[in-house]
Amino acid sequence: MFHFSNIVRSKGDPTIVESGPSLKRPQDQLARALGWFSLGLGVVELLAPRRVTETLGMEGSETLVRAFGVREIVAGIMSLSVEKNAGLWARVGGDGLDAAALLSGLTSDNPKKGNIALALLMVGGIAMLDYRAAQDTKPRRPPRDAKRKLYPGRSGFPKGVKAAKDRAKDMIQHATAGVTS
Amino acid sequence: MKALVWHGKEDIRCDTVTDPEIQDPRDAIIKVTSCAICGSDLHLFHNYIPGMMPGDIMGHETMGEVVEVGAGVDGKLKKGDRIVVPFTIICGECEQCKRGNFSVCETTNRKRHLADKVFGHATAGLFGYTHLTGGYPGGQAEYLRVPFADATHIKVPAGIPDEQLLFLSDIFPTGWQAAVQCDIVPTDTVAIWGCGPVGQMAIRSAMLLGANQVVAIDCLPERLSMAEAAGATTINFETESVLERLKELTDGKGPEKCIDCVGMEAHVMASLPDTVLDRAKQMVMLESDRPHVLREMIYVCRPGGIISVPGVYSGFSDMLPMGAFMNKGG
Repeated sequence: MFHFSNIVRSKGDPTIVESGPSLKRPQDQLARALGWFSLGLGVVELLAPRRVTETLGMEGSETLVRAFGVREIVAGIMSLSVEKNAGLWARVGGDGLDAAALLSGLTSDNPKKGNIALALLMVGGIAMLDYRAAQDTKPRRPPRDAKRKLYPGRSGFPKGVKAAKDRAKDMIQHATAGVTS
Repeated sequence: MKALVWHGKEDIRCDTVTDPEIQDPRDAIIKVTSCAICGSDLHLFHNYIPGMMPGDIMGHETMGEVVEVGAGVDGKLKKGDRIVVPFTIICGECEQCKRGNFSVCETTNRKRHLADKVFGHATAGLFGYTHLTGGYPGGQAEYLRVPFADATHIKVPAGIPDEQLLFLSDIFPTGWQAAVQCDIVPTDTVAIWGCGPVGQMAIRSAMLLGANQVVAIDCLPERLSMAEAAGATTINFETESVLERLKELTDGKGPEKCIDCVGMEAHVMASLPDTVLDRAKQMVMLESDRPHVLREMIYVCRPGGIISVPGVYSGFSDMLPMGAFMNKGG
């Protein structure tokens, strides 16, 4: 089976014959996909806010859309980083802001209110994915008050700390005497 | 053979790969009997250290049995020998090796053109690390090719279990070297940040080298209990102030010797705002390291003291108190 990474192996180094199971979990892959989606949406909002506001019938809100774009980009970078959980929760919060902004445009005189309803539906779907991914990627740490295994007897010195220090001192003195004599 | 292969950030797979072969007369092949996961493997796992490529085999704490030797190994190893493989690959012949500076061997980094550009001068080749250190396949595999095997090995006798020897590959020599570089004298207080494996070894090394007092700093009770068992005074930085406790323990003068066994992924706490800022900057790639421990060490170290850094840093650190560093004799 062809593996792209084999092309860059140094001559003679082992090459991949068959790829095995990964440490990467499905929720990590979902987080990654949402991170890239966030980046893409953020770039569109930042660079083409007028297209967005025209589609939604919300002309005049370009500055808000740009600000949301920056927020999406930051949340995207965070979701793609080691701290993906913080990024995903930032996205969940952002989904709330998106929904609130869209609802403010859902007025009877907006000719594009159908698009807003569609956008709200999408935001709802994405929010569910964000929430699910944020829940599933919670850091797994034992609670602060969990009982921990302690090692009061594991000094690493079978005859005790003092005996080890004394023996080391003798050895150092012996070695130093050997060097200076 | 089976091997743990890096495919990207947080993506390590148990792949089937081709077996290693002798490529140079100084090579040997070992059948791996034990290998460990190092704290620095976590930096690679998180993709914080530049120069990893998909397909790289992980692992630099390995031991095993020699199954094949090249013609140039010159009788120093033979089939059936049991060896621990140090993570630094050494030639034993260059100027740095002759000085005992094995981790900066001038010969073994086969991608020195990359390292020269990034670090100014290349350091030694390492197993299972980045291409800045040669990109050599690592030992989290069934077999490992050991380049420069005539020099890069520690022969060990039969009868001692692997788990009592494996730390000779990295954590013990790393902790020992960190303590040796402090030039410890019997009146010294040695403060050690981080009580992971390297920290534990540094604590014991400082003890054996005759420190008057060893202070171990961490937040995990299990690690602190192990440090205490070795004779260290402990500071839990989540419940007490490191600066105040170190002052108390040294009559307000600060420790003479400081060892950073934490490195680039320092713990983040809201009560230490610099750690929060570092984490935010690292997340958006504005800073590669989180150097809280370096800052704290420079601040608390007694003027004229020594700072030793075995903890792994990958690139660029912000806001280091260079004024304090210079004025204290750095």
